[in-house]
Amino acid sequence: MARPTELLASLAAPARNEWGKIRQPERPLITVGNATCGRAAGSGDTIAGFREALAEKGIGADIRTVGCMGHCYAEPLVTIHYPGFPPLLYQKIGAGEARVLVNSFLVAGEDPCFEYLIGALEPNDTFPTLMDYPRYLYEKRLIMEHCGVIEPGSIDQYLAVGGYRALARALEQGGERVVEEITAAKLRGRGGAGFPAGIKWEIARNAAGTPKTVICNGDEGDPGAYMDRTLMESNPHQVLEGLAIAALAIGAERALLYIRAEYPLAVEMVEKAITDAGERGLLGKNILDSGFDLEVEVFKGSGAFVCGEETALIQSLEGKRGMPQHRPPYPAVVGLDGNPTVINNVKTLSTVPLIINHGSDWFRGIGTEDTPGTAIFSVVGEVEYPGLVEVPMGTTLRHLIDEICGGIAGGREFKAVQIGGPSGGCLPASELDTPIDFDSLRRAGAMMGSGGMVVMNDSACMVEVSRYFIDFTQKESCGKCTFCRIGTRHLLDILTDLTKGRATEEDLDELKELSAGIIKGSLCSLGKTAPNPVLTTMRFFMDEYLAHVRERRCPACMCRELTAYYIDLEACARGCDACVACCPTEAIFTTSNRKKAIDQEKCVKCGECVYACPPEYDAVRKVSPPYLVPDQGVVPLGKDEATEGGEDDA
Amino acid sequence: MRNKVTMTVDGLEISVPAGTTVLDACLDNGIYIPNLCHLDGMEHPPASCRLCLVEVDGMRGPVTSCTLAAVDGMVVHTNTDEVRELQKLAFRMLVSCNQGNCRVCMANKRCDLQQIAKFLHLPLRTKQMRHIPKDVPEVLTDHPCIVYEPNKCVLCGRCVYVCERRGNPFSLSFANRGFNTIVTFFGSEAEGVEDACRDCRACVDICPVGALSFADERERHLRLVEAGKGRRKAG
Ligand SMILES: Cc1cc2nc3c(=O)[nH]c(=O)nc-3n(C[C@H](O)[C@H](O)[C@H](O)COP(=O)(O)O)c2cc1C
Ligand code: SF4
Ligand code: SF4
Ligand code: FES
Repeated sequence: MARPTELLASLAAPARNEWGKIRQPERPLITVGNATCGRAAGSGDTIAGFREALAEKGIGADIRTVGCMGHCYAEPLVTIHYPGFPPLLYQKIGAGEARVLVNSFLVAGEDPCFEYLIGALEPNDTFPTLMDYPRYLYEKRLIMEHCGVIEPGSIDQYLAVGGYRALARALEQGGERVVEEITAAKLRGRGGAGFPAGIKWEIARNAAGTPKTVICNGDEGDPGAYMDRTLMESNPHQVLEGLAIAALAIGAERALLYIRAEYPLAVEMVEKAITDAGERGLLGKNILDSGFDLEVEVFKGSGAFVCGEETALIQSLEGKRGMPQHRPPYPAVVGLDGNPTVINNVKTLSTVPLIINHGSDWFRGIGTEDTPGTAIFSVVGEVEYPGLVEVPMGTTLRHLIDEICGGIAGGREFKAVQIGGPSGGCLPASELDTPIDFDSLRRAGAMMGSGGMVVMNDSACMVEVSRYFIDFTQKESCGKCTFCRIGTRHLLDILTDLTKGRATEEDLDELKELSAGIIKGSLCSLGKTAPNPVLTTMRFFMDEYLAHVRERRCPACMCRELTAYYIDLEACARGCDACVACCPTEAIFTTSNRKKAIDQEKCVKCGECVYACPPEYDAVRKVSPPYLVPDQGVVPLGKDEATEGGEDDA
Repeated sequence: MRNKVTMTVDGLEISVPAGTTVLDACLDNGIYIPNLCHLDGMEHPPASCRLCLVEVDGMRGPVTSCTLAAVDGMVVHTNTDEVRELQKLAFRMLVSCNQGNCRVCMANKRCDLQQIAKFLHLPLRTKQMRHIPKDVPEVLTDHPCIVYEPNKCVLCGRCVYVCERRGNPFSLSFANRGFNTIVTFFGSEAEGVEDACRDCRACVDICPVGALSFADERERHLRLVEAGKGRRKAG
């Protein structure tokens, strides 16, 4: 009987050969990022563009689709392997650019189109490499190493880059040893709470009851977060490998992936990966001839945010309404159908094969003492380079935002960063030196959450931001317990009043009292963390709250009821009509001296005119409170003669 | 014979059978803890009303007593300031959606909210909190004979629990999310529901606040109240 590692080696050898040929192609190879983000950016057109242009020129080249590298600002991303050149990475390649690349570069290998180039993927003498950019230099791609590089639909490519080696090794070591290794690595769950994975596995391993189950939590309901989706779409086998190792560790016979139904591509990729791995004997019965069986299935969740909470997730798997349950008992002891169940996040499981391959000492050498490893954030909002970023734990927020993500876009100023999803906290500039790890973020009033990060510039009103997040959690509350169901609704009511200038200082006290009660009294973490945005914005931006109450003023000029627009007559160009057409309520009129003015009665404060006004004039002004609109004494064109006399009187 | 455990509640020593919840232990020994969602013999208490809070030496912060098994030597406090503050807050939240009129309610004088209000020295119509009714109709009459009043409902879930245990041909369950969560009868159009429900009565009888009632009984009750009011006026 062959040992699992030997069996795997015989599977991997031909795959590696094949992969070598793909990486050193004899004819040009084009790879296109085609995960959900790439598709949204138009990768479908890109591929069609390449096909057409290649056919026209009669060039024989291969096109392969890969997942996402995380550089969402640069999608569609294209890599070209051209014999004699290092692999070159290009950004924002639409159908037109694809044509240019074919005509200038692929035809004869002459002009590699520097205008679209990001850099070479390998060191060389001619081209800048990715390491010349801070984004690539400071990132530490452990979990995402192969994302956007290998084809997610190809099990061979995963095998070629060392895939399933950790599973083979784990099968030889046995579950107990695996649990020890993961415990020694101090791997903490990446789904939000940061609970040590090894300890959870140990509990489930020792708990009575069969069949045991492991579940990959791919519910990912945080608005704006998409790292789990990306991992499942770009490297599904790595998730499966981690899941299988977890199953082995606790002695589970079945494994489930709970993926939200809004992630059709992730479901497709994972399902294909399960089938392919089953065919190679890497999942299913008698895995790698070790005698270990594991049935793996995908369950499509119907998309409620709260179903990501582990006890609600189990309820939902059991066909019940997704409502969190009191813990203990914890799922590791009493889980699915009453049996021990381990639930881990996609990122947690994706990290597992790395630890088994490289050892716990290696892993503990990355990140911080209490939280080793890397963190993946989806950084969205007002930064220059939004996207997925993988950095060692302990990286400061400042470094992440300023260096790696290129700082605030458009020359504006940083104001706040919301970390940890809708129930995370909003941190100001003074907290930017906070290192990214579970405990530091919690101390600062935010949390790791599952890794959503929204960066805001000085145009964001912190009261409105907190209202926005409470509106989300309030709607997503499962409605079970009193504090969360009713308390968050009261928070929302008061915050709404604040943004409309109707709140009092007593309301501010009420916000604090309600928040404290909701945190202490709620059943699950949705309720227990929901007030975080309110409390952190009140802690760090109290002046803005007070301005809304005392002066009915929104300092960021964001709250509609508290702001007004007017046109600066000095800046307005005589005869320019750009703003008139954009106004949905026809509030903009031409004045007697052929400039423009806004009828405050008709204005709905949509702000369209700000964008319509040509930058060279930039004449639209926003003020808060609304009474600051100056009395310009303007008269509509054509009415001037008629009203002249009257005006003199006024 | 089951083992007994002895614990201290508010300085008083009490003995209860092992496995009893702290909530039951206290209630059985004449120590009242406000509660709405717990029922005898529940295997997995929903712990949804969040009223039954107590503090226990060695545990951090208030915990729900309906989910806590009594343990030998446990020291429990049912009336700390923090517990009372949270109970009052939860109570005010519960009544903030319903500023109804107790006098015309079928549950008047037997309503759990009235009992809790008395215990916590709180009015049933709170002025400390805004009145926010749920964004659903005041009265729901989807069921052929049972009427549901969402703003009275405290979503304790007792009705859902008892209905499920009766194994009725359709199910009473929760619907909607967040603040507008309600209970609803799934499949109540089915044949024979009216008779089955009239026989059963479980949900109507278990509701602690009179949010569920038989339409005809409710009608009669409202008429009587109306008549009573008329008499008093005349007299
Ligand atoms: C409201 C709520 C939503 C959650 N959503 C997710 C989610 O989408 N994905 C996830 O992995 N964990 C989510 N969690 C955390 C899970 O309950 C659980 O802690 C986690 O899946 C455990 O995996 P880990 O130990 O690998 O972090 C959520 C928790 C709460 C309270
Ligand atoms: S805290 Fe909110 S989401 Fe959690 S159980 Fe209570 S009502 Fe449901
Ligand atoms: S109808 Fe009555 S028993 Fe049912 S959840 Fe509402 S308050 Fe509880
Ligand atoms: S009785 Fe314990 S939470 Fe309701």
